[in-house]
Amino acid sequence: MSQATQMPDAGGHFGPYGGRYVPETLMAPLEALEQAYYAARQDPAFQSELADLLANFAGRPTPLYEAKRLSQNLGGARIFIKREDLLHTGAHKINNCLGQILLARRMGKKRIIAETGAGQHGVASATVCALFGLECIVYMGEEDMRRQKLNVFRMRLLGAKVVAVTSGSRTLKDAVSEAMRDWVTNIETTHYLLGSALGAHPYPMMVRDFHRCTGDEARQQILARVGRLPDRIFACVGGGSNAIGIFTAFLGDENVKLTGVEAGGRSLSAGEHAARFEGGAPGVLQGAYSYLLQDGDGQVSLTHSVSAGLDYALVGPEHAWLHDQGRANYVSASDRDALNAARTLARTEGIIPALESAHAVAEAIRCAPADQGLIYIVNLSGRGDKDTDIYRENFPELDAENA
Amino acid sequence: MDSSQRIADRFAQARTAARPALIAYITAGDPTPERTVELALALERGGADILELGVPFSDPIADGPVIQRASDRALRAGTNVARVLDIAAQIRKQSDMPIILFSYLNPLLRYGFDKLCQDAREAGIDGCLFTDLSVEEAGDTVETMRKHGLDTVFLAAPTSTERRLKLVAEFSTGFVYVVSRTGVTGEQSTVAGGVDTLVTELRRLTQLPLAVGFGISKREHVEAVGSYADGVVVGSALMRVIEQYGAAPDLAAQLESFTRELTARP
Repeated sequence: MSQATQMPDAGGHFGPYGGRYVPETLMAPLEALEQAYYAARQDPAFQSELADLLANFAGRPTPLYEAKRLSQNLGGARIFIKREDLLHTGAHKINNCLGQILLARRMGKKRIIAETGAGQHGVASATVCALFGLECIVYMGEEDMRRQKLNVFRMRLLGAKVVAVTSGSRTLKDAVSEAMRDWVTNIETTHYLLGSALGAHPYPMMVRDFHRCTGDEARQQILARVGRLPDRIFACVGGGSNAIGIFTAFLGDENVKLTGVEAGGRSLSAGEHAARFEGGAPGVLQGAYSYLLQDGDGQVSLTHSVSAGLDYALVGPEHAWLHDQGRANYVSASDRDALNAARTLARTEGIIPALESAHAVAEAIRCAPADQGLIYIVNLSGRGDKDTDIYRENFPELDAENA
Repeated sequence: MDSSQRIADRFAQARTAARPALIAYITAGDPTPERTVELALALERGGADILELGVPFSDPIADGPVIQRASDRALRAGTNVARVLDIAAQIRKQSDMPIILFSYLNPLLRYGFDKLCQDAREAGIDGCLFTDLSVEEAGDTVETMRKHGLDTVFLAAPTSTERRLKLVAEFSTGFVYVVSRTGVTGEQSTVAGGVDTLVTELRRLTQLPLAVGFGISKREHVEAVGSYADGVVVGSALMRVIEQYGAAPDLAAQLESFTRELTARP
């Protein structure tokens, strides 16, 4: 396997990225979490309980589906879709939540806090807390609560308390800050169930590990199906957890081209997007050093994406490293491209994707016509039910059609 | 160049007077960059020994609502690192009070860390404390600060293990900032129990002065903590005064009088 699979180093660094940039109060708790995670990882009882939950509660393995009509219509690459959208709760987030909730129980934590953007991680957190009878508090930006009303209600139905965050841009970044403030205050009793491959070490490593099942399965499935590895893999990148989950299994396969798709938003002008590699520069936010959208004074920029789950100013540190190494490439898809891709996928394959995942679909659709004979895997990280209101707002003509 | 003597001298003076040094935090640029200089001088007149000059940041994860709001106001007023350094230089022209630059890391990385240290020293800043810089990540930054003669103040926390306290003691110069409780910055009705034990533990590991902060907002807190620590840090309580009187012409006088209550100076 390549060197990249041995990342991070003992301090949580992926090359220069990652690390632990947090107040001293959080340092010892992060060390304790790291130790607990290493111990759990080695413990067959932990692994077998997790495997059982992933199979029988979450619904793993997920299918690798060949999108034949989509491929035919585009007339180029053969496109396979990794159906993480079919997981319980509707997105890949449940993989990480099951892993972390077992870890939290091992550590004797009774109170779980989480941040959420689109609400998928919040729903998955609320779900695993319900499963184990633990208190769950989810921080969510007020703007995201407005955009994702359905998920807010789902969390509440599952027994979680959803706290509206009214600071800053009232989106994911501000929810993370508020969760960190809660954690630093209630550190004795509380586990912070961070939902993406972000934050201070060990989170980016741990979240990656809990999601690597996606890529491990996809690799076996594609080999069984077509007898060879894919040529390209596409995944959307907000913090980057679904992307690192599918990329990791293929890092050693040099001929597999890995593409992360960021949110191109309305345009690539400052404040209009969340394309960190195109508009950002390395910096520190919320515990990690990575590519960050920031202004000339080092203040964190406002971001925009039609998909709340990609609307975040920092990219996960391992992606920064893969970017600099040239092992993965990162592009962006605009709001409009993602919306159109979602409609195309719905109408050719009968699959309504989450808006986040639709960014990966959009890039695959853009590239496929020129790639005759190549094999693609698109990681469809979530399903689109939660985005129905946004789809309706953006496709008003569909409501009129049957009027 | 040696580390600043000014900080050590102030702690020595306070010790001679058998009182804790008062370290006053204010967010630079709140309500405006222009007014920060007069506010710093008001703090000194009220009896503050050392100034912690805060660089506002868009995402202050270690701060409670009072300092979050102060940062927002300062940023809206156009405060950036260059302005903060300019404010420090103006204070230095009128005062010998030691100045600690208190900041989240990112604005300083963006400014350029080596240039920051050089410009900070030229502005008369004596040391730096970075909220989100752990000792593990501090190797290069500490080296640069020392090269420019800046004191390197680190935080010790109630959660810090003995191994970590040793590292904090080893990396710190000037003084060690002892965080009184788990949590974010902000006022409390009482000072957290157990901080005296943490101070005692640190005494075994370092000769440096120990200053306790987080949740100190009243004279009785200053007296209680001053009985075992070399210094006390007050921040949110001062920022609340600035928030309350921000638009008032007598803001500086109000701040001075509040500081005087804390220090019980005549």
